[in-house]
Amino acid sequence: MLAIWKREFQNYFLTPIGYVFMAVLLLASGVFFMLYNVLSNSSSLSTMFSNMNYLFMLVMPVLTMKLLSEEKHTRTDQLLLTSPVSITSIVCGKFLAAVTVFALSLVGTFFNVIVIVTYSKPYWGVIFSNYLGYFLIGCVYIAIGVLMSSLTENQVSAAVLTFGVNLGLQIIESVAPYVNLPSYLGWLNKIGSWFSLYSRYYTFTAGIVSLANVIYFLTFIAVMLFLAVRVIDKRRWSEG
Amino acid sequence: MIEIQNVSKRYGDKWAVKDVSFTINKGEILGFLGRNGAGKSTTMNIVTGYISATSGRVLLDGHDILEEPREVKRHIGYLPEIPPLYNDMTVEEYLRFVCAIKEVSAKNVTNHVNDICELIRITDHRKRLIKNLSKGYKQRVGMAQALIGNPEIVIMDEPTVGLDPKQIIEIRKLIKELGEDHTVVLSSHILTEVADVCERLVIINKGQVVAQDTLENLTRGISDTFRFRLRVGGPERDAQKAIREIPGLVSIDSMGAKEPGTCDFLIESERDVDIRRPLNTLMSKMGYPILMLRPMDLELEDIFLQLTSDNEEVL
Repeated sequence: MLAIWKREFQNYFLTPIGYVFMAVLLLASGVFFMLYNVLSNSSSLSTMFSNMNYLFMLVMPVLTMKLLSEEKHTRTDQLLLTSPVSITSIVCGKFLAAVTVFALSLVGTFFNVIVIVTYSKPYWGVIFSNYLGYFLIGCVYIAIGVLMSSLTENQVSAAVLTFGVNLGLQIIESVAPYVNLPSYLGWLNKIGSWFSLYSRYYTFTAGIVSLANVIYFLTFIAVMLFLAVRVIDKRRWSEG
Repeated sequence: MIEIQNVSKRYGDKWAVKDVSFTINKGEILGFLGRNGAGKSTTMNIVTGYISATSGRVLLDGHDILEEPREVKRHIGYLPEIPPLYNDMTVEEYLRFVCAIKEVSAKNVTNHVNDICELIRITDHRKRLIKNLSKGYKQRVGMAQALIGNPEIVIMDEPTVGLDPKQIIEIRKLIKELGEDHTVVLSSHILTEVADVCERLVIINKGQVVAQDTLENLTRGISDTFRFRLRVGGPERDAQKAIREIPGLVSIDSMGAKEPGTCDFLIESERDVDIRRPLNTLMSKMGYPILMLRPMDLELEDIFLQLTSDNEEVL
């Protein structure tokens, strides 16, 4: 797994993707910080982070689109799948490589915290919960991207699929109340709201660390990765 | 060493391979021969664990590849039809990565990579990006990859496809060298290649094994006569007349004169009669020296066509 992680991580910086991804995230966080903190005289990073969430939907697919699709496309999966490594470690190695790049960009935003600590009184609890939520939702988007990337050989399809799923999970809660379902299908609305990533992320930006939400995100990641492993394994058995 | 037992793979309603069984023995170079689309790559992919068979089993020294994949994969090096290379890495980075996933211990990696680069003769290209290498060198890097971790069995799927004649000769030489201390399976649709390199052949057609034997036996088994090409220094009519009288002769056809004062014949004799001795005695008695006597085994192409043509019954 370590070898896969290392190769994938290096690969992000052999190609422009890693740099571009980090640059975009840092630029956006800088702009939001400027707008909502510096110019608005606020010490709360919540607005910056909740805005970053929308940006994630757009940039995360770029980070994950080629993780598994490219291997299939260039047939390098033949090397991985005929080597003594398990599919789980291939998928986890790739997931962690993307998480590492994301985490590095997260470290970049510490600069904003330093500014706040220097010029204002920080609310450490809120800052911590914001960072935790930000990190977890980032990992959720990456896990979705890994699954989508396992489904196709084409990077662009993987990116578009990831974006579609991310968007769906974001808006499912705001759309749900407007869908007029007959009363016996009311549970669909409930499930829709329960799945919503946004409301769960929102509690983190408000400074509330709920164990249920942390577990929800972690489970979500595990399920996505598990499905990606199943997709790859199933392809070996495919008779299509 | 590897036993392939009744392996079948279905795609849709077609069988890519059906009921394929053969054995790969330790230390041999086995040729896996078939036309394009005959099921060679599918079989190779099943043997290496890249895809799973619909039914049947692949056993390496008794270990089933589905039940103990890591154990089995540790002993197999695989060069697929398209070498699995990461174009954005240098040769050395790539080989080190392969060492890591093939569980070569960290302290041996440098020596191991050095040895393999020497063996495959890519030492001078170690620092180059794979995407900038020529096709022949990419193929070599693919072979190097298959050798990492010192697998006992090296499986190569059409390793010379798309290479120029010089590269082909070099790669074949390398395969022969590998065969000295590895078990090698080589799939190919090129007959001369397997004839040149392999000791034993498995011929596959439409997903089924149609023959498996040594090259010699395959050539022999298909015909019940011996054929020779003969050149004697003497008049055609007299020589032909005399040879006709030799017991065991089946036919003699004149091939005309290839050199002045000589004549060529195509002679066919019964399989269990050696007519070369009486022929020699007869010709020297007549004062016609034998200038050439060459056995005309059926060419591999003939066997291949005979085995894989549609209306031909299987051996």
